[in-house]
Amino acid sequence: MKHVDKYETHDYDVLIIGAGGAGLRAAIAASAAGLSVGLVCKSLLGKAHTVMAEGGIAAALGNVDPADSWEAHFADTMRGGQFLNNWRMAQIFAREAPQRVLELELWGAAFDRTPEGRIMQRPFGAHSYRRLCHVGDRTGLELIRTLQDEGVHQGMDVYMETTLTRLLKDGDRVVGAFGYRRENGRFLVFKAKAVVVATGGWGKVYKVTSNSWESTGDGLAISYEAGAQLIDMEMVQIHPTGMVWPPGVRGILVTEAVRGEGGRLLNAEGQRFMERYDPKKMELSSRDVVARAIFREAEAGRGTPHGGAWLDVTHLPADRIRKKLPSMCDQFEQLADIDITREKMEVAPTVHYAMGGIRVDPETGASSVPGLFAAGEVAAGLHGSNRLGGNSLSDLLVFGKRAGEGAAAYARGMQYPSQIDESQIDEEIHTLLAPFESQGTENPYLLHEELQDTMQNWVGIRRNEEELEKALDTVLELQRRAKNLHVEGSRMYNPGWHTCRDDHFMLEICEAIVRSAILRKESRGAHWRSDYPDKDDAVLGKVNVVTHREGGEMVVETFPLEPMPAEVAELCKGVTEARWAMTASKEGK
Amino acid sequence: MADAVLKVFRGDASGGEEKTYRVPLVEGMVVLDALHYIQAHYDGDLAVRWNCKAGKCGSCSTEINGRPRLACKTRMDLFGENEIHVWPMHAFPLIKDLVTDVSANYRIAQEIPAFTPSDTNVPWTIQNQDMERVQEFRKCIECFLCQDVCHVLREHDGIGRYHGPRFMVKIAALEMHPKDTLKRTRYLKEKGGLGLCNITKCCQELCPEHIHITDNAIIPLKERVADDFYDPVRWALRKIKGE
Repeated sequence: MKHVDKYETHDYDVLIIGAGGAGLRAAIAASAAGLSVGLVCKSLLGKAHTVMAEGGIAAALGNVDPADSWEAHFADTMRGGQFLNNWRMAQIFAREAPQRVLELELWGAAFDRTPEGRIMQRPFGAHSYRRLCHVGDRTGLELIRTLQDEGVHQGMDVYMETTLTRLLKDGDRVVGAFGYRRENGRFLVFKAKAVVVATGGWGKVYKVTSNSWESTGDGLAISYEAGAQLIDMEMVQIHPTGMVWPPGVRGILVTEAVRGEGGRLLNAEGQRFMERYDPKKMELSSRDVVARAIFREAEAGRGTPHGGAWLDVTHLPADRIRKKLPSMCDQFEQLADIDITREKMEVAPTVHYAMGGIRVDPETGASSVPGLFAAGEVAAGLHGSNRLGGNSLSDLLVFGKRAGEGAAAYARGMQYPSQIDESQIDEEIHTLLAPFESQGTENPYLLHEELQDTMQNWVGIRRNEEELEKALDTVLELQRRAKNLHVEGSRMYNPGWHTCRDDHFMLEICEAIVRSAILRKESRGAHWRSDYPDKDDAVLGKVNVVTHREGGEMVVETFPLEPMPAEVAELCKGVTEARWAMTASKEGK
Repeated sequence: MADAVLKVFRGDASGGEEKTYRVPLVEGMVVLDALHYIQAHYDGDLAVRWNCKAGKCGSCSTEINGRPRLACKTRMDLFGENEIHVWPMHAFPLIKDLVTDVSANYRIAQEIPAFTPSDTNVPWTIQNQDMERVQEFRKCIECFLCQDVCHVLREHDGIGRYHGPRFMVKIAALEMHPKDTLKRTRYLKEKGGLGLCNITKCCQELCPEHIHITDNAIIPLKERVADDFYDPVRWALRKIKGE
């Protein structure tokens, strides 16, 4: 009990960790169920990584292509994920996405309109109809602001700039969480009947990434440490188009909407090279295919000066570019001195999204640990081995709501934990304070950079056994070195101190990524193995790689996929080309 | 490339001063990159807020050579050979180094009467040009640079008396939404402190999202308030009708 005066305690029916799209939507759902809700975020409210989503939110409203249907959206999602997806999640997702978008409209979101005044929808990679509802190229901002405005009027308590570093358990059940306030380093204990983790991805384990600083995967790591099963950790999406030059901006996202609006990819010789990789879908092929194509062109000596490809919209009317891609215009003008209405953009692949994560029940978002739920990027199953653009924002809403409701239903039948075993808290306080007291010499920022280099070089777009083994050795070595991290200063707003715990979480996640990547000896979706270039549908196409902890050790093994019922599988057969393109050409557009 | 010299404010509410750092320049480098270099190589506990480093989240608001700016969109080469002074936002209470307490903004956001649509049957039919008017205001990334530069908040201790430009933009977005039914003119006059704005347009000048804060949000709101409370004809009509 020695630390009892050293932390504040708060009780909630439902504790939500993460205030991006999924966390906010879960919080609104749990509040609507009449329960008390605490919402915790690492940064200020409304700054979460969702804000960086650009191109749109995929939902089969059929506003532009009336032939679109949830069945078609479902089939595109399964094919895009190369059937590693949880079919039931994909089915729920495609069915419920339109209602979730309309709900945003009801809450004040201001979508772009069709000439008839309906919500406008644009084409996107591997979606067979024009399906992405959007607001120019800043759809994520619209989504998060709408949810934020709706949320703050629901009476939930928001804890900004608060980092949670451990889930607290009572036996098998998760009953709360522990962490600190970034502002002053003070510790907090949350007691909760149910906890929803919605902390997003872990792109920051790579050097070249479109992700914000928050994407360090803490929520995933603390769930794993609390016993949750993870799946598909080898599946890391590399977005085809990030900025390349100047070096200071490397990795910043160039939205797929550029291609959705008609942008063309060219190599150094001026060829529209996608003709050779996917002549039907061209630039709007799935992200894994386009990223590999750019990588291969550069490797063959047909790359741009800084090892990428050209992305060109100069054939489109300048006023249309400014209306539909305003933040791209701004970004290139301010950061690279390029006017995209007159000059080509230089782009190269950048780490963008984690398909893998916490294994969840499709209906409720429940993880394998009682009392622990997950939604959004940190949860896994919907996207299989490759996520389609625009499917992330609708994922946040559909499964954010379901996880919020799932957690609320669970919480209703539960009592508050009477007492939380203090030893968990003492242990965590000791771990957190160790870098101040340590005699070690490791710098948390530089250790992070070493990890990023390792993942970038050996666990990137193209992988092989030898490099993956080297990466694993390095990650394990960095884990040992991370015990000697040392920081100066006080607990008051000290980013160096914060980075120490982030490093530990990221190292744990990287071990899971590398071990899973070694186990999947085939190429599927985002996972490209040069030593196993083909798909293995007979064996590996029928399993997920599952990661969990047993006796303190990481165990990685395969587990059979949920079999798809015949009538559902039937939906995925048939044409795969971009049907919107045919419709558009018939209309003479 | 040569080194740049940065003078960064270090300190907290009890006081502080500039500390000088030399940072190697890289082509296309922005001020936030330099701050990260300082954290990794000199002072790990340098406090700075940032999230996306892409100009989309509005976290890294600071004052660079006296002007409120986003550190992620301010290029180092803008200053040539000159020293670069980086200070926290002046209008908000200091927490540490470059981080200030912006919680007042979140309290205001919670107070403002929420979006109240006329009908709840979505989908709605709304024309693009009606939406575009609102979309300009909804581009706001809540960097609070407009709040920082607003002299009512900055020089005249106006936090609490005037909501500030950010929230005039927010209220304009609600008032001008084609489906919103609420009237917020009394709120603007009595709680929002709209009358304190004397249209110097400083906020509009440095908005990183190029929102015409004064022209398109504040002035039309002032006109609405004037119509509802200061128009003598309407005043007379209200008297006659007994409103």
